[in-house]
Amino acid sequence: MAIALVLVLVVVGSVLFHFLSPWWWTPIASNWDYIDHTIIITFWITGVVFAAVVLFMAYCVFRFRHREGSRAAYEPENKRLEWWLTVITGVGVTALLVPGLFVWSRFVNVPSDATEVEVIGQQWQWSFRLPGKDGKLGTSDTRDITAENPLGVIPGDPNGQDDVVVEAADLHLPIGKPVKMVLRSVDVLHDFYIPEFRAKMDMIPGSVTYFWFTPTRTGTFQVLCAELCGQGHPLMHGVVMVDTEQDYLAWLGQQQTFAQLSAPQKTGSADQATASGLNVAAKLETVEAR
Amino acid sequence: MVDITPADAVPPAEVAEMELYHPHSWWTKYVFSQDAKVIAIQYSATATAIGFVALSLSWLMRLQLGFPGTFDFITPEAYYQFITMHGMIMVIYLLTALFLGGFGNYLIPLMVGARDMVFPYVNMLSYWIYLLAVLVLVSSFFAPGGPTGAGWTLYPPQAIMTGTPGGQDWGIILMLASLILFIIGFTMGGLNYVVTVLQARTRGMTMMRLPLTVWGIFTATVMALLAFPALFVACVMMLLDRVLGTSFFMPAIVEMGEQLQHNGGSPILFQHLFWFFGHPEVYIVALPAFGIVSDLISTHARKNIFGYRMMVWAIVGIGALSFVVWAHHMYVSGMHPYFGFFFATTTLIIAIPTAIKVYNWVLTLWRGDIHLTIPMLFALAFIVTFVNGGLTGLFLGNVVVDVPLSDTMFVVAHFHMVMGVAPILVILGAIYHWYPKVTGRMLDETLGRFHFWVTFLGAYLIFFPMHYLGLIGIPRRYAELTDMTIMTESAHHLNSFISIMAFIVGFAQMVFLFNLIWSIRHGREAGGNPWRATTLEWQTPQTPPAHGNFGKDLPIVYRWAYDYSVPGAKEDFIPQNVPGNFGLSKEPA
Repeated sequence: MAIALVLVLVVVGSVLFHFLSPWWWTPIASNWDYIDHTIIITFWITGVVFAAVVLFMAYCVFRFRHREGSRAAYEPENKRLEWWLTVITGVGVTALLVPGLFVWSRFVNVPSDATEVEVIGQQWQWSFRLPGKDGKLGTSDTRDITAENPLGVIPGDPNGQDDVVVEAADLHLPIGKPVKMVLRSVDVLHDFYIPEFRAKMDMIPGSVTYFWFTPTRTGTFQVLCAELCGQGHPLMHGVVMVDTEQDYLAWLGQQQTFAQLSAPQKTGSADQATASGLNVAAKLETVEAR
Repeated sequence: MVDITPADAVPPAEVAEMELYHPHSWWTKYVFSQDAKVIAIQYSATATAIGFVALSLSWLMRLQLGFPGTFDFITPEAYYQFITMHGMIMVIYLLTALFLGGFGNYLIPLMVGARDMVFPYVNMLSYWIYLLAVLVLVSSFFAPGGPTGAGWTLYPPQAIMTGTPGGQDWGIILMLASLILFIIGFTMGGLNYVVTVLQARTRGMTMMRLPLTVWGIFTATVMALLAFPALFVACVMMLLDRVLGTSFFMPAIVEMGEQLQHNGGSPILFQHLFWFFGHPEVYIVALPAFGIVSDLISTHARKNIFGYRMMVWAIVGIGALSFVVWAHHMYVSGMHPYFGFFFATTTLIIAIPTAIKVYNWVLTLWRGDIHLTIPMLFALAFIVTFVNGGLTGLFLGNVVVDVPLSDTMFVVAHFHMVMGVAPILVILGAIYHWYPKVTGRMLDETLGRFHFWVTFLGAYLIFFPMHYLGLIGIPRRYAELTDMTIMTESAHHLNSFISIMAFIVGFAQMVFLFNLIWSIRHGREAGGNPWRATTLEWQTPQTPPAHGNFGKDLPIVYRWAYDYSVPGAKEDFIPQNVPGNFGLSKEPA
């Protein structure tokens, strides 16, 4: 008997927890409120099914519990009922799938006016590259990576000379402009993830992956790595700042291009050289200190 | 509809009975035994022992997550080793081994009316190779560098690189070797289960009269035989990458400033191979649970399972569909995004046969005569947790909804609910149900009820709130949940609460272990058929069943496994081996 009551409490408790608990998603900062909407649709449909099934069970346990002399009914099948339930389930599933696939097609089709921004993951830091005045990112190759060329931009590619290199530092993005994040890794799998943007994608050494979004509010957002990448995984934080157009251009003006960085008297990126070498402990210390 | 075989119309025996192997010494009877029942107990005991190791590891990781910075010995390195070993042990060495090697070995011959598995010697080898696999796995705790910390998915390149614990030490090598051994051992057992079900059923036991337990285990075994080879080749290839320096999964890599000698491999190929095995694996664990819980509900509600034929086709359909959904684990892996359309569709379609099973379980309760025994309580708890975990699967299966939730605690909560808690609740219910047959004694009722309530409510309180940590965006596999802007004070409190619940639920399992051992001698005597069940294992002349299971003559089956509460019949159950159409049995045909 207690079990019938507990089943009811499980449903009531779960629903109350859902609506009253303080744990909910972060305020959104991108155009992907479509995704939030599909999550809400899914919560409603699955919530109703969960409550219905468990409450029905609770009723059965209460109503048909064993009593002296009681006997179960004998009904092996009920074709009509079984087909009806199948059809209703099919309708529910379709109601989830159709909006889901609709939003997915938006997610994977990048608008033509999106600016490319390259993210490079390595154990355990983030670097970025922006196309220069030509609007094109130069090609890159892991084999070209050296202490002086940490992102592996192919030195002979003219498109790469004016690329802006942001090594192990914050990325800034202008508000309201769609960006295509082009994702690379030089060592293991990583995943570029900002909870407020709702989007994420793995980065695979040897491949280039992508996702796109439009920042919709200014602010500072923490980048997390969402794919296990070794011991330093939980420390692999980064920062993306969404600026007004003006602030963004001011920041961009201070950055250095690939050509400037590869000039003989280079000024930046000195700490990369110190962090090189296969010493995990030293590397972890550098990451932790940051 | 009426399909009762009249006593005078039993099909004749097609072949003479095979001579059964008879052990001659204590060693061949109890240690190197070829009796499926002994092998089943060996499998179960080994799986339970290694399962308690996994339980202890989960405590250690919950200590770290619930009380960060308090326990210095849990370094990030150790934490990743704990989660990796916990995950791999639970999925492979506990759940797969216990359902198939344990329950499969014990129940298949008894339930289909056979004297033993068809290849008893190979069956014995299967166990000993499994034991070897477990020992190799455990040895990695003592190897230089400790066990691998690559996560149970073992994704390369990090699995075999310096930045991952065990990557360039022995850890990953021992893990891969252990998996390879496990698969070899499993294949020997698996072929046995399949051939026994197909070839050794007793007279009158048609496929459509098999108890759903057998259908679940049978289908899961067929799937495992098809799915494990993908893991096998993935392990061999990674072993070659690690030991011989090949580049199956290794592209050009710069590791902490140094160019590695790999080139041209594909990390994502491993993911495809892994999940081609890994997704069916979910159902390899789930289908036996589906089958067993159907029989528990039917027996303890004294009512035939509702929609038997639909249940069989749902099991087979889920089994088949589960081979075309694997990439839903890879929506944000960087595979071609258009795959998402296909895999989201197949994944949501699989919800339909799964839902049918749930409906049929609860409709079996409808107008039943529900005895709230401990197995029944566990079955009810299974339905709650399985429905909960199945429904959150609709979030993660629906490609775009998966994007924000993937790799967060939501995923951890989902798969623990659906393939951790739910199948384990079935295992526990099944142990309370069949323990009297295995030992001749009942498990203690008071301890059992305590165990049930703490396990069910505790596990729900662990994993239900955990979904909401994932909804905030808190990633999984973080050894330290500090310095994160989304990690609020209240989220830390929730984590501490979850950890405390985990300790309590773990403690209840110790009580259960005590009950298992104590009741062997002190439990109430059970008799041959304490639950008044219809299936053949309850109709054996001796309890526990002797070598050869059924005495001089094998039972003959006259009816399906679900003749409970047949109108007009005197008792509320008619065993499968009882002839005659009394009452109005309406076995579906």
